[in-house]
Amino acid sequence: MRIAVQLFAKARDLAGASRVELNLPDAARVADVRVALRQRFPQMEPLISSLLVSVGTEYANDQTPLRVGADVACFPPVSGG
Amino acid sequence: MILLTHDIIDYNALTESVRSNAAGAVVLFLGTVRELTGDRRTVALDYDAYSQMAEAKLAELEAEARAKWPVIQVGIVHRLGHLELGDISVALAVSTPHRQQAFEAGQYLIDRLKVVVPIWKKENWSDGTTEWVHPGVTT
Repeated sequence: MRIAVQLFAKARDLAGASRVELNLPDAARVADVRVALRQRFPQMEPLISSLLVSVGTEYANDQTPLRVGADVACFPPVSGG
Repeated sequence: MILLTHDIIDYNALTESVRSNAAGAVVLFLGTVRELTGDRRTVALDYDAYSQMAEAKLAELEAEARAKWPVIQVGIVHRLGHLELGDISVALAVSTPHRQQAFEAGQYLIDRLKVVVPIWKKENWSDGTTEWVHPGVTT
């Protein structure tokens, strides 16, 4: 399945893109996004384990299932305020 | 009121927007761009957000605060884009019947904002380098 993922802050800078399309296994879960990002963007390695992942506007965990067309975003820990 | 904006924050208007005859207390919190972090000097900050999610999370925080305290009105405005030293990055105003509730609700809201709302700041250090702030990440 193909999933479009939005990237923010340092994750976006390291990937050089604010949106990437990833090829994931069928019935993929959030953990598969982490694997695909690591493979495609080796320079993102130091961030991968701490990336937060959202599906819709909710935080997801590695077991969260993905559906085609879902709004998925990956970003490092937040620092607003 | 919940707002993300690239404009200067009118914290007087924000404060007025939460005032009420039912309130005995109004607390206003301002977050401002600080010069020193340890021995490093900041000249500016750039803020970015995942706006759709940030607005949803701020609305959730307001609902959480309303469930915990007798909040009359809440206003949260976060600025995005390029901010200079001393600029206001976030303003949060809350009104309640009594002062302790207003202080507690205000502290809860800003503390939670800094953990769950997808907004990021990038340091522009005085030596010309820039650096995203990602708590807990060492790269």
